[in-house]
Amino acid sequence: MTIIPTHDPRPELTTETAGVREPSTLTAEAPATQYHDLDITDPVVEVQNLSLWYGKFRALTGVSLTIPRNKITALIGPSGCGKSTLLRSINRMNDLVPGVRIEGRVTIDGADIYARSVDPVEVRRRVGMVFQKPNPFPRSIRENILFGAKINGYRGGHEELVEASLRRAALWDEVKHDLKKSGLALSGGQQQRLCIARAIAVSPEIILMDEPCSALDPIATLKIEDLMRELAESYTIIIVTHSMQQAARVSDYTAFMLSDERVRGRLVEFGPTHTLFTTPKDKRTEDYITGRFG
Amino acid sequence: MTPHVSTAARSLFSPSLAARRVRGAIIVVLGLLSVVVALGTLAFLVADVLGRGLPWLSWGFLTSFDSRFAARAGLKAALAGTAYMMVFTILIALPLGVMAAIYLEEYAKDNWLTQFIQINIANLAGVPSIIYGLLGLTFFVRWMELGRSVLAGAMTMALLVLPIIIVATREAIRAVPGSVRDASYALGATRSQTVWHHVLPYAFPGILTGNILAASRAIGETAPLVTLGALTYVPFVPENPLDRFTVLPIQIFNWTSKPQAEFHDLAAAGIIVLLAVLLLLNSVAIYLRQRLRRRY
Repeated sequence: MTIIPTHDPRPELTTETAGVREPSTLTAEAPATQYHDLDITDPVVEVQNLSLWYGKFRALTGVSLTIPRNKITALIGPSGCGKSTLLRSINRMNDLVPGVRIEGRVTIDGADIYARSVDPVEVRRRVGMVFQKPNPFPRSIRENILFGAKINGYRGGHEELVEASLRRAALWDEVKHDLKKSGLALSGGQQQRLCIARAIAVSPEIILMDEPCSALDPIATLKIEDLMRELAESYTIIIVTHSMQQAARVSDYTAFMLSDERVRGRLVEFGPTHTLFTTPKDKRTEDYITGRFG
Repeated sequence: MTPHVSTAARSLFSPSLAARRVRGAIIVVLGLLSVVVALGTLAFLVADVLGRGLPWLSWGFLTSFDSRFAARAGLKAALAGTAYMMVFTILIALPLGVMAAIYLEEYAKDNWLTQFIQINIANLAGVPSIIYGLLGLTFFVRWMELGRSVLAGAMTMALLVLPIIIVATREAIRAVPGSVRDASYALGATRSQTVWHHVLPYAFPGILTGNILAASRAIGETAPLVTLGALTYVPFVPENPLDRFTVLPIQIFNWTSKPQAEFHDLAAAGIIVLLAVLLLLNSVAIYLRQRLRRRY
């Protein structure tokens, strides 16, 4: 089954922005997203014609894409193209920003996560997140892992959870002798793996990673990338990255986003990583991946 | 010689280095003079107080009640009253101030009402302390019929230091980086769980420092308690919150207004004790701030 949105993915700018003053040029016909033959048999996240505003600032325009289960999907594009915003729409972290407004749908396993009956707190437990800068709590490694379990009423064994999470994040052997050590005493790469372990500890279905390696050295980056490949066997991973090499190395699917003077935060092209990198359909994708801008 | 820099452009500069150096030197001299005047005054005051008060300092001075005879007069009642009042002041002001700060920082929407409240908290910090005394007299002493008691004094002082505590706590809360909040929310924590498990513990050193500084402000305050009608001659230690009381600055004020010169020296001794208490509190605040400071 090929999940290419059957509706017109072009944003319906003229009708939906009542109350928001947009420059008239923005209502101009925007070229549609180029979708490659995706061959996604098991979709998890479906983003349907998603638009997002921070106050009056538009950050996303009519984004539609389908994220396959247990694969790594990379979001690439130049700074300010809306890829982090898109990522944060999938676990409703954007809800924490005052004045944010969303149109369109994001579903996980078919259920609309922005439905009235859905509590964003529950969405965030099911969709874990790893941030750009490693942000362990200034507490022990053990407490870092257990916080999510405690607040979510975890009834299993604590020690088992700590060990299992750290093992999955390939950190156990390095820290098992001193779990009482502060998370902040670890190296940058270790901190990021601790953050991954912490995210895994609440058994999410999806893990969002917002440029998880941008603060790390090449060796630590490589470790995280290896880890991502392992984790993709059990989790759906969506990663925002500035590095096209990284997207090419680790991801199965790649989405290229762009903001220009006319349309802010739109999806230009989406396809299997290999196809997108070798035979881009859109000129701008080609320019970006060959390093001609961005 | 780079060709595009013409001699004409160079001739437009007149460095007048000598004049600039002189101006710089004047600033340095003025600054130094200001420091000398400020510190010199302080040094003179401290020296004067020490010279007159030190001979009177003794264990008996701290453990005796006031007396008509300077040789027998002591600070016992004032020390006890100050300690008693400060405990109640902090018990009242700390929870109120911290909760208010949490609400304003973490929960309140950024609208005109919140901004109005914030401006007024800043204004409250600048209200003359005697106004708080009048408020305490009207509201706590008379209307609530608490009398001129420790409790009425503590409640008045709590109001006085509340803005300080709120401002200090808000700053401490704001210093907790957003990345820590993000991490908590991303694990499925609610707002209150995030505040309780992360924001408050990490802001704790700052909150503590703010409270100690607020306490040291309250210890030195005299005007509101005089307005309230705290006693000047107290030959007893308050035993319950509704007892009448006196505090260090009132005792000192009382002694300075007596005609006998001995009492003036006694007041100097009282000032030394008060300064020592203040210095101790501020040192504790600085120590805690350094000790508990977290890195993110």
